Formats: sequence, C-alpha cells, structure tokens
Amino acid sequence: MSALLEVRQLTKRFGTLTALDHVDFDLLPGEVHALLGENGAGKSTFMNLLYGLLRPDSGSVSLEGVSYQPASPKDAVLAGVGMVHQHFMLIPALTVAENVALGDEPRRGFGIDLGSVEKKLAELAAEYHLEVNPRAKVADLSVGLRQRVEILKAFYRRARLLILDEPTALLTPQESQQLFRAVRAFQERGISVIFISHKLDEVQALSGRVTVLRRGQVVGTLTTDQTSPAELARLMVGRSLAPPVRPPSRPGPALLEVRDLQAQGLGPLGFQVRAGEILAVAGVEGNGQEALIAALAGWSRSQGEVLLDGRPLGRLGVRARAEAGLGLVPSDRQEDGLVLPLPVRDNLALRAYHRPPYSHSGVLDLPYWATHAETLVREFDVRPPDRRAPAAALSGGNQQKVVLARELAASPKVLVVSQPTRGLDIGASQFVYSKLLDLRAAGKAVLLVSLDLDEIFALADRIAVLYRGRLMGTVPSESATREGIGLMMLGQEA
Amino acid sequence: MRGVRLLWPLLAILIAFAVGGLLTWAFGHDPFSAYGALISGSLGSGYAISTTLTDALPLMITGLAVALSFQSGLFNIGASGQYWLGAIVAVWLGYSLKLPTPLHLLVCLLAGALAGALWAALIPGLAKAFRGANEVITTLMMTYVATYLGHYLIEGGPMQAPGYTPQSPHLLPSAILPNLVSGTQLSVGIFLAPLLAALTWFLLSRTRLGFSLRISGYNPRAARYAGVRPVVAILAALGLSGALAGLAGAVQMMGVDHRLFDSFGTSYGYTGIVVALLARNNPFGVLLAALLFGVLSSGANAMQINAGVPFHLVDVIQGVIIFFVAAEGLMRYLRLRSGGNS
Repeated sequence: MSALLEVRQLTKRFGTLTALDHVDFDLLPGEVHALLGENGAGKSTFMNLLYGLLRPDSGSVSLEGVSYQPASPKDAVLAGVGMVHQHFMLIPALTVAENVALGDEPRRGFGIDLGSVEKKLAELAAEYHLEVNPRAKVADLSVGLRQRVEILKAFYRRARLLILDEPTALLTPQESQQLFRAVRAFQERGISVIFISHKLDEVQALSGRVTVLRRGQVVGTLTTDQTSPAELARLMVGRSLAPPVRPPSRPGPALLEVRDLQAQGLGPLGFQVRAGEILAVAGVEGNGQEALIAALAGWSRSQGEVLLDGRPLGRLGVRARAEAGLGLVPSDRQEDGLVLPLPVRDNLALRAYHRPPYSHSGVLDLPYWATHAETLVREFDVRPPDRRAPAAALSGGNQQKVVLARELAASPKVLVVSQPTRGLDIGASQFVYSKLLDLRAAGKAVLLVSLDLDEIFALADRIAVLYRGRLMGTVPSESATREGIGLMMLGQEA
Repeated sequence: MRGVRLLWPLLAILIAFAVGGLLTWAFGHDPFSAYGALISGSLGSGYAISTTLTDALPLMITGLAVALSFQSGLFNIGASGQYWLGAIVAVWLGYSLKLPTPLHLLVCLLAGALAGALWAALIPGLAKAFRGANEVITTLMMTYVATYLGHYLIEGGPMQAPGYTPQSPHLLPSAILPNLVSGTQLSVGIFLAPLLAALTWFLLSRTRLGFSLRISGYNPRAARYAGVRPVVAILAALGLSGALAGLAGAVQMMGVDHRLFDSFGTSYGYTGIVVALLARNNPFGVLLAALLFGVLSSGANAMQINAGVPFHLVDVIQGVIIFFVAAEGLMRYLRLRSGGNS
C-alpha cells in the first residue's frame, strides 16, 4: 500500500536548537499512527509543520505522492489535513453549527445557510459516532463534546488526515473510551489519524504503529502489538524506568482535617489526611479543585474549619498558614508558583522572604538567598544549575523542581500539591513522584489534587472524588477501579 | 541578554537622531551644524551644562516616580498631578511659614512629597485597592483636578499675591534652595537626584517592601501566593511614586521658579513616563535618560538661534525616541512568536 503522507529528512531549527532533526515518517491510508515523546521531543513542532503553522528549514513532505508545503493552516485544510489542538479553538458564545461553519459558511442570499450545515453535521455525526446537538451552545458543552465539535469541524472541511494532539488529556475515562470508539470508526472509513500522546496504554489500545521521538530525532517506528510499554518508555526517555515504589502505608494521626468547608463553588465537604498518607482528590477539571486549593491556601474566604495538626487555621493569611506548616504546590506553576522573569534565587525565596533568615528588619539578606539557592539547586538537580537564570529560561520540569524545592525546604507538615506533573515528561514526573513518596515515608501528609488517574493510582493511599464542588466519596486505592472512579467523576455515588 | 537590554534604548536614540537629521536635511538645513549647535548649546560651556542639569532635574525625579510605579506593575500616568500638588504645598508653606533655613527647607520638601503621596494614594490608590478602579484613569483625572486647583488658587484664590498678576507670593529666602552656579538657575537640588535614585534602587532591590512591590508588578497571582497583601502593595507603590513626583514639584519651586505662576505647564510628569520607559525603569538609567532630555531641551534654543533649525525638530526627535522605545516591546513580541516552542 502506498503511503498517504511521506515525510523525508524534515528539519526545523529555532536559533541554535534543532527542534526536529532529519525526521522520516510514513502514514498509511486508514492508519492510526501514534506519535510518542517527552515534552520538548519535537512532537508539537512536527505537527505544526504538517499543519502549516511553521515552515521547515529542509526536508520534504508529500501527500498522496504530491509535494505538500502548507504555508498556513488554510492550505493544510484545503489539502485535507485537520488538526485538533489540546486547547480548543471554539467560540463559546456560538452554537455547534456556527462554530463548525465559521470561516467556510455556505451563503444563502445575504445570510448563512445554517440549515444545510446542521444537516451535514447530523450525517457526519452518525457516520463517525460523534453525536452532538448542532444547535447547542458550545459554552454549555462538556470538554468531551467540545472535542467532538473540533473533530466534526475537521471532517466538515473534508479532512482525510486528522491530527489529534494529546486528545485525552482533559477527558474522563468514559469520554476517552468514546473517543477511541470514534477513532476506530474513522479508521474504517479510510481516515488516517496521527495521535499524539504520552500515555503508553492509550498508544497500545489505539494505534497500529507508533513512532517515538527523542530530542527531535526519530528513535524508532514500531508495530504497536509487537512492542511493550517498557520498551516504548525506554525509547522515549533513553533509559529504562521503574514504576514508583510505594511501600505499604502506616498512617498516623490526622495532620490535615477539613470540616464543613464551604466557599464559592465548593462544598460543604470534609476529609482528613493522616501522617504518612497521600490522599488524592480526583475529578474532571473545573469541579471545584481550584476553589479547594484557594480555600486551603488562604487565598479566598471560606466557611468551615481547617485544622493543621490539630491547630485551627481559621482566618490566618497565606504567610501564617505557610509558617504553621502548610506547603503548597499550585496547579499553575507559571501563573501562581513562580515569578518567571526573576532569577531562580529569588523564586526559591518567594514564600519566605519576609522573615529571617531571608531578611532582617525589612532588608533582604541576598547573600543568604544565594547560598540557600545554591544548596537547593544542587540538591534538586535543577538544570541549568544556575541560580541567576530567570525561571522563564527553565523547562517545565525544572521549573517544577524549583517550586518543589522551595516548598520542601520549609519542611511542611502538610503538602498540598495540585497537578504536580501537568506538562512534565516522564523523567521529571518520576522525580516529583519520588519526592512526594519521600514526604509520605517521612510521616508527612500529602493532599494530591490531580486530573491524571495514572498519577493518582501510582501515588494515592486513598482517593476522594470531587464532583461539582462536593466529595462523591473516598475509597482506598487498593479497592478502587478506574471505572468506579470514572463513574464518580461523572457524579455517581460510590 | 543584559547587553541586548542596554543596546536597544541606545539604538532607539541613535535611530531617532538619524531620523531627525534626515528631516533637518529634507527641510534644507545642515544636520551636522544643527546637531553641533544642539550639543554646544547644551554641553559646550559651564552655563550650558548648568541649564541642561536644571532642565533634567525635574525629569530625573518624576522619572524615578514613574519607574517605581512601573516596577510595581502600576501605571501612574498622573505624576503630573502629584508634581503640581507637591509644588502648591511647598510654595504655600514656603511663603507662609517662618522657620530657620534648614528646617524650612526640610519642611517644604517633606510636605511636598507628602502631598504628592496622598494625591496618588488616597483616591487612585484606595479606589484601585478596594474597587479595582484602573489607576491609569484615576491618576490622569486627578491630574486635571490638580491643575485646575492650582489655577484657582492663584487666580483670585487664597494663594494669589497682592496685585493683578495671577501668581503666588515669592518664597521666603529661608525656603529657597541655594543656587549652585551663579548666573544660572541650577540649585543644590541637583544633588538630590543621585541620592533619590540610590534610595529608589535600594528600596526596590534590597528591601522586603521593594521585593513585594516587584513581585506584585511581575505577577500579581504569584504575589498572592507569596502572601503579599494587594491593598498594601497598591497603596505603597502609588504612595511612594506620588511622593517622588510631589518632591519633584517642591524641588522645582524651591530651586527654580520660587513661586507658582499661572503659566505652569504640566509636562514634567508626562515626560517622566518617557524617561522611565527609555531607562527601562532602572533608577540609575533614569538619571541618564533625563539627562538626554535635558540636553534636547536646553540645546533646542541654541539650535534655532545658531543653526536656524526650528526647535520643534527636538520634539520630533523626542517623538521618534518614544516610538522606538515602544517599538521594542513589539519586537520582543514578534521574536517570541517567530521563536515558538516545540
């Protein structure tokens, strides 16, 4: 069978960085081809080249034997290439049909013929198992349905090649299953799919072949059912990785106790995290996770009681809570956790600069900051090991190391971590996991708020599920199943 | 990285002078003799240098005021208003109080600073801290209030000197900053500029308050996470910025004008914004940038007299500098876009 897409020696440089280095890649008609790689491996650069968002420096691409050089996404769409980004490009105030037609509206007189769009959408939806109400407003749709709209948008424009960029990142397990079913339907109808992921089980479930990228180079293209997750992981990071070891828990007394906590969009809810225990809060994004973090951190007003090692936190402010032993790794390290233009040294002092030994009577002790930073940078293996580098210059994994180093240096009794590995590659994730498990072994309490079920099952002793601001229940992780947690994430009682 | 940061403002200045030269040439003048006149008129003699420093001094202090607010993430566009409040209060105390010299000077300077601080912190500061009112709008509106208040006070108001001229009484000798170079308007006030720049630098980069202000400026959400109370940061930033602007007004009155005139312009506060931008909010850079504007303003007359080039050409050069300093933001944005990330 001749290939639909043939990529030969494709190269893209940004300054001195070679983001994509002589990449060869083939996509057969009706094939689901997974693209696997760590962050910064070049996956997104590769796809942006195929979608006309970037221009290559050298190399060639041909589509159905014809040279393919898209100068813009418009060219890509005309050539039959569609892409669904991680962040959807939909207009919430418009309906599904309006969003799909946008930029390619069928005219009727001076108006738009939305009726024909709706009719065509219904046909496409039935054909590809992508049911969605064409007249619904996008703002009212769940993440899973919005993704369907994006896919339908591509098919409406007669895409024969569909690029899905980490499509399951924000989906519940059930929504992911539905997506997989739809992808198999595409395949039966001869649509080719490039499926970007860093979740090995999905790659195995869905793809016929998998290409692994590392540092801009193809390190292998394998037939999926002749490989193993271990082999893929090894190819991806360049060394073999062991899953995190979690010795049996010996929980002590409750270090964090929350009773009747209530805030905007949250609660009332209550839970305990005991010494030497990791309690995970699972849930689909936007079900009160941020309100919970804000209430615990002291960022927002809340009712109810929060006790830290028996001491009520009451109306204590952010700094008093930190000094009482509450560490916090916020979900968004770039927006909340770091001041990107400032050097690593300053970021490591960010939560304690107001008190000795960081400052004395209002004057900063910068020499202390420097030695403190030097120690932490070495201890946490921050790269580049330069305390003067602005936080913005670090990769996501190293930024997270800085945040973690700062919070752990304050020796908290309770650490609240939210989505600690979002956007991190496997190596950096493993590092974060080992630090959290160290904390657990040291008899501290960890509250892990996460959207990633793999992470939750790897780390948690108990799993609580947040749905519309309330806890649907708490289950020990040994007896929990993905399906059970998934149902709770959709609002069913345990 | 650091080299590039310094390079761009210099490049902006060079390009501005080149454009100004082209324009001079296009209108039939010799650009080299024009710039020669500009330089000799601003730096060519003791008198010229004194005039340049005199013109630069209020810009140095208002530039520091604006730079401090910019570093704190607040856009105090109304340094002009705070400048006039400082001027009004310093003049009022300067002719009405009877105090021995050093004390009188100190009281007038501090009162001017306090007036500027309150003008910025009280209404714009509190409105921003508790109601989220945009300080660009409020400080600008307060500038109109300050200007009209000044006019009222000396046009039939309580500060008008006897007679028909709309002006305040002359300051008492005890409230006048001693002259530094006789025959010029340069006062000992010029020594305040490096002192204030050093204080501003120390505050921002070496104190707890300054760090709180800077992290609020870079990233308000991270500041919240660091435990900075936004209300405190906003009031401190606008108050300190206003204090500097008010001090600029007081120094100008006590060193140069010695009384409030009806003809007061309001431009020092606004030019201070350009000075801060050109200096990239660096306190010591502010001194240099203000000096450049001092050169432009004091050399402009010489350029007109000696080279026959209209001094409005200097406005053109200033405009082009502003344009290119602002364009740098655009360049950075374009670089980010074309750089992309993988």
